[in-house]
Amino acid sequence: MKRPGLGTALAVVAFLTFFLGPFCWQVLTSLWPDGELTRPLPSHLTLENYASVLWGRPFLRVVLNSLVVAALTTGFCLTVGAAAAFALAKLEFRGKGLLLSAALAVSMFPPIATVSPLYLILRTVGLRDSLVGLALPYATFALPLTLWVLTSFFRALPDELYRAARVDGCTPFQAFRQVLLPLAAPGLATTAILVFIFAWNEFLYALTFLSTPEKRTVPVAISLFASEYREPWGEIAAASVVATLPLVALTVLFQRRIVSGLTAGAVKE
Amino acid sequence: MNPRGSLARERRQAYLLVAPAVLVLGGVALYPILAAVWLSLHRFILVFGERRFTGLENYAYLLGDSRFWAALGNTAYFTAVAVTVELLLAVPLALLLQKAFPGRGLLRASVLVPWAIPTVVSARLWAWMFNPEYGVINRLLPGQDINWLGAPGYALHAAILVDVWKTTPFVALLVLAGLQGISEDLYKAARVDGASPWRTFVLITLPLLKPALLLALLFRSLDAFRVFDAIYVLTEGGPANTTETLSIYAYKTLMRSGDFGYGSTLSVATFLCVVLLAAVWLRLLGREEAAR
Repeated sequence: MKRPGLGTALAVVAFLTFFLGPFCWQVLTSLWPDGELTRPLPSHLTLENYASVLWGRPFLRVVLNSLVVAALTTGFCLTVGAAAAFALAKLEFRGKGLLLSAALAVSMFPPIATVSPLYLILRTVGLRDSLVGLALPYATFALPLTLWVLTSFFRALPDELYRAARVDGCTPFQAFRQVLLPLAAPGLATTAILVFIFAWNEFLYALTFLSTPEKRTVPVAISLFASEYREPWGEIAAASVVATLPLVALTVLFQRRIVSGLTAGAVKE
Repeated sequence: MNPRGSLARERRQAYLLVAPAVLVLGGVALYPILAAVWLSLHRFILVFGERRFTGLENYAYLLGDSRFWAALGNTAYFTAVAVTVELLLAVPLALLLQKAFPGRGLLRASVLVPWAIPTVVSARLWAWMFNPEYGVINRLLPGQDINWLGAPGYALHAAILVDVWKTTPFVALLVLAGLQGISEDLYKAARVDGASPWRTFVLITLPLLKPALLLALLFRSLDAFRVFDAIYVLTEGGPANTTETLSIYAYKTLMRSGDFGYGSTLSVATFLCVVLLAAVWLRLLGREEAAR
């Protein structure tokens, strides 16, 4: 590795400042004493914003709601998606290309286009304003993502594995369950991380379908954070940090996987 | 086990394996879209329980609805400017991420931070920095304080900046994947021929990067066109509807006015715009494939 030139170094600093600066500012704001926000910099740092968010508001409940919805979405889409992705990658049947293009098309749907019928459907079956009822429409964006990423993972596994299992007497389904699914574990993990992040961050459906304050998810709660007199910027910042740190940790830890998963469907096809 | 029977069995099991996914996609996407089209042909006010078929009346109203055309204009402007700026930033960023230098891992990880942050959180975070009295942006900029989110003309651009911050990393990753597909030999040959870095970039990198760039354009423009979260949190479409996009106008009509008929018409119109946009990009991509 050679020493970077001045131009490279400047560009790196500029990009780092632009992408990390605002987040760092938010962390600083969360530690800023409440009465001092009118000053350019705080005189000391404090954890009181965190205390009032975590104990003074039902924010832990909100985090739990988001965990439940994101976990339900991930579990549901991985179960349904893994079987289909295996068939798409390894089996011969008609309509393969159509299914993959349909999935891609669905992932590009503007969510607003389906919000009114979904609202009426969920209301009719009694699942409006429930976390389970929210996880179902999340399949609109999560299932296509699962199908694309997992299909490319299954394709990367050698065909010989599948054929050998068949010669040994496995049905296609058994070959999937006992041979290929365990080998696709890294792909499943990558997909799970991506789906979890997308579900955790979703806003429009959660805003529309949930009405009870106790059922709100993190993005909805943060968008509605308010106090009587003025915007509670310190508390918003503290809540944002609490809601974001797990994601940032996940992203930094699994950076390689996320990058390969995000570009898997897009570029290799 | 004869091979023909085995093949038929394989096909049968294949259909069984994909069936749940097909059903779910049909239930959460295809059926709702058709239902939205059907709803858009009605006068349907949720709270009054009033519902009657009115044919194309909503669409006739849509054509004369100046607020719709303004929202369409805002959405198109937002999409065009945001996606252009994102691509212009993403190409140098991707070139940088491809270079070997100490600290590249740190840069790769940190560009993913805005991507991973929920859009709502990023909008709140920028709203605080945009705060006219105490926000850090006005403190750092010389001259008069600007009411970024409250002044028409500024607000939409503030929203574009938030979108650029949040999604440039994703575009850069797509471009980076395209860069990694370009053979090292071409660069070696260019060096042997004494080509300058700029000429190498214009004559080798850019043309070979074109498919990746078009793909990024396709994904990002369709995604930007449906923008809701960031703008809803920043301004709710204000001031004076200057940041109101199609998604936000449709949302307000549906959920604030409870007008599911005309709200669905606006939703369907948004959907049709996205389909049209996709068709244009796919044609361009197809031409690119054919030319190669």
